[in-house]
Amino acid sequence: MTELTRRGFNKGLGATTALGALSLSGIAPATAAGKAQVVVVGGGFGGATAAKYIKRFDPKIGVTLVEPSKRFVTCPFSNTVIGGLNTIDYITHGYDALKGLGVEVVHDSAAAVDGAKKQVRLAGGGSIGFDRCIVAPGVDFRWEAIEGLDAGTAARIPHAWKAGAQTLLLRKQLEAMADGGVFVISPPVNPFRCPPGPGERISLVASYFKTAKPRSKIIVLDPKEKFSKEGLFKEGWAALYPGMIEYRNLAEDGLVRRVDPASRTLYTDFGEETGDVVNFIPAQKAGKIAQVSGLADKTEWCPIHPRSFESTLQPGVHVIGDASIAAPMPKSAFTASTQAKVCAEAVVNLLRGAAPGAPKFINVCYSLVGENYGISVAMVYGYRDGRIVKIEGSGGLSPSGATPEFRRKEADYTRGWYESISRDIWG
Amino acid sequence: MRRAKFKAAAVAFIASATLASATLASAPAQAEIASGAVLANTCFSCHGTDGKSAGDMPTIAGKSEDFITRKLKAFKSGELEATIMNRIAKGFTDEEIAALAKFFSRR
Repeated sequence: MTELTRRGFNKGLGATTALGALSLSGIAPATAAGKAQVVVVGGGFGGATAAKYIKRFDPKIGVTLVEPSKRFVTCPFSNTVIGGLNTIDYITHGYDALKGLGVEVVHDSAAAVDGAKKQVRLAGGGSIGFDRCIVAPGVDFRWEAIEGLDAGTAARIPHAWKAGAQTLLLRKQLEAMADGGVFVISPPVNPFRCPPGPGERISLVASYFKTAKPRSKIIVLDPKEKFSKEGLFKEGWAALYPGMIEYRNLAEDGLVRRVDPASRTLYTDFGEETGDVVNFIPAQKAGKIAQVSGLADKTEWCPIHPRSFESTLQPGVHVIGDASIAAPMPKSAFTASTQAKVCAEAVVNLLRGAAPGAPKFINVCYSLVGENYGISVAMVYGYRDGRIVKIEGSGGLSPSGATPEFRRKEADYTRGWYESISRDIWG
Repeated sequence: MRRAKFKAAAVAFIASATLASATLASAPAQAEIASGAVLANTCFSCHGTDGKSAGDMPTIAGKSEDFITRKLKAFKSGELEATIMNRIAKGFTDEEIAALAKFFSRR
């Protein structure tokens, strides 16, 4: 069924890439001229996976990873730190395993990726040349979309949607809050990183309150009509945290128009809520390096060829993970990592003068509703007619009304997933 | 007879993803990455690198080809119930399952 289009696409891609390579550098694919060089920008789930898997597919290819942080703190499982189930150390990973595979790790920020000159300019000065570049910049916030907040106010009203200091700040504020306090959380509009993340955060804060501050309350102001795994989360909240969580969606005046950081008050069209702790998660866009390097379109996300994740705007530069436009795949860590593997295979093949193979992806998003209460949503994706498509009949949500044993198992698998994926990437 | 057919199907499958591109793309092909590897890589996020799990998911590396094939097909048909594997297995063709079984049995 897909064979014809697959071939057609391969043919087209093979031809454009070959032409692109010729017109840009005037030479044959890099392997013919010597050791090919790939620069990966960003050392998160997408970038670190890409760096590792290029080496796995072909150790002779030179791989440089540009990442400012020496230690990477994962957004997945950061809700367990906020809820007091894990320490920040548990979700912090280093790059030694990648270095052991021969990846050169440069701890600097990329200032710009120049597809025409085939080089990455570093913020600290100098540049690194590449035959192909993989950009995995994650997300940035659209502060302009909310009145009253900016990067500076995050010290008082944390977003905690990039893990690390922000995660610890939110945890500290929750610890300092008195029993009987109010936690107000406002999830972002679509599309955003980790669609079930706000639901999990609400859950694990509730889990913390239940034991440490049982008179406390959680108010959710959501600008959307529905949210990921809504039925399952609400079933879990009713079972584990009855009466603690008040959820208001768009129709229920959940859209926050303005925030006053000083008083920690959120203003909606018809009302206001003041919290003792406020977690406002802003609207999002592709990370800054994508914006300044001409990789993002007017949606502020990055259009890609879904087979290779090569940018449609900058030949020779690939964009993976949250920053890419890869719908119907969600912006998840699992997605970023599995896209990185497909992209790595494509890059290696393209450097060898061959076309990328057929992509196939799984995404699973596990969430903890409580320490022993896990839920999931899954989907298998393929490629058809130039698009990433859901494989019909696959995927879906955990069943509603499942037994406690089932939920317990999925909580164990949630932890199992984190162990396996973080070891797969960071060793 | 049955075995030969199965083998032919697996070979044809592996060929379809890689050879289709290699022969039809204008650029010359070198040793390509086997499609089995590309398919299997996405499983690592839960089942660990090469199917060697770091957590609660079962390790699938080194299980026999037949065992993996039977399990995945049983998950796919619903004959065997799991928390999530029914939802995953339904996304793979029998040929892909054969390629996955081959890959993980050799780790």
